Amino acid sequence: MVQMRSGLVRPGLIVDIKKIGEMTEITETADGGFRVGAAVSGMELSEHPRFGKVWPGVLEAVNLIGSKQVQGRASAGGNLCNGSPAGDSVPAMIAAGAVVTVQGPSGRREIKVEDVPAGPGRTNLKSGEILVSFTLPPRPAGSGDAYLRMIPRTEMDIAVVGIGVSLTLKDGVCTAARVGLGAVAPTALLVEPAGQALIGSRLDDAALEAAAAACRAACRPIDDKRGTVAYRIKTAGVLLKRTAAIAAKRAGGH
Amino acid sequence: MGKLHVTTTVNGEPMEFLCEPYETMLDALRGQLGLTGSKEGCSSGDCGACSITLDDRLVCSCLMLAAEAEGHQIRTIEGLATGEKLHPLQQKFLEHAALQCGICTSGMLVASDALLKKNPDPTEEEVRFWLAGNLCRCTGYDKIVRAVMETAAEMREAAR
Repeated sequence: MVQMRSGLVRPGLIVDIKKIGEMTEITETADGGFRVGAAVSGMELSEHPRFGKVWPGVLEAVNLIGSKQVQGRASAGGNLCNGSPAGDSVPAMIAAGAVVTVQGPSGRREIKVEDVPAGPGRTNLKSGEILVSFTLPPRPAGSGDAYLRMIPRTEMDIAVVGIGVSLTLKDGVCTAARVGLGAVAPTALLVEPAGQALIGSRLDDAALEAAAAACRAACRPIDDKRGTVAYRIKTAGVLLKRTAAIAAKRAGGH
Repeated sequence: MGKLHVTTTVNGEPMEFLCEPYETMLDALRGQLGLTGSKEGCSSGDCGACSITLDDRLVCSCLMLAAEAEGHQIRTIEGLATGEKLHPLQQKFLEHAALQCGICTSGMLVASDALLKKNPDPTEEEVRFWLAGNLCRCTGYDKIVRAVMETAAEMREAAR
């Protein structure tokens, strides 16, 4: 809408896809996962009785997109397709292991969230394809997720660094972990070595430092008015530790 | 493509209008419908001066196409008062002088009303976060936040 208003895009045709049920529904899948329509607004997601209990990190990331007014309209689908490296919901969805369903003229396909962005403002969706929904996997007992971002203000700002962590603990040992990293590269990233560094550990200082180092190593940031390269890289490591701590606390609370 | 015919409900009244496919709800409100209470500040969803509710959900009318109003319930600042009787929020904004130039005021009121409907007992922090999407360059926000807090307290008292 904003790009249309400013003349940046001039669509020949506008199609409202919000009246397609699948685009706006939140359903729990038979195996205990969630399907979230690509056009479900942040406010609708926050009002769902179960979603935020199972995926608090994804919800807090989606709810960071813009103001309350924007939350009434903005969706994780739009956030992903906007292709911004700093989109808040993207690292959290990557950490969650979410997969998107894409509908095109010749059928459907599924893509991992981390494979959707192609660069700033660009996605790997083909011409004629639309994002239909996110599928989040079933959640084992002892799982938790969290999203933190660094912004210079307290609200309504664009991430300098954003990190989503999703992990599972069994008897205090981490059995699964995924880390999504945003705003430090041309696209949001899945940092597999960071997850690997946590798996098998009791989230002790050495494991957290190894995961933080993996995040720092994955950074390919730009220097801009929001943060320098050095600042973003350092912050990525700091945020990894803080985010993992919140995710672990939530995992323990299950 | 010709103009679209839209049938909708604005402040409880059935309304119809014609619009271009690219026109925003704010354009339709201020233009075709003559409801100029909603203001155009930034046209990019940052300032909140055009706040309305769409099926009781707070949105920026500059970020909504007018054609999307088809079959939905729209509420604007014009629907806040009951006839000549001001809404408690409007009254309290006056008492606190919680406005200066007034451009942001209708958006502030619509957003505050949406907050109190969802949460009748907000903390000051909750009010400030809720109104983070409404920019005011005159007041420094303090009087606005105090007016909302006091209105909430009085409305809770009145509801007892």
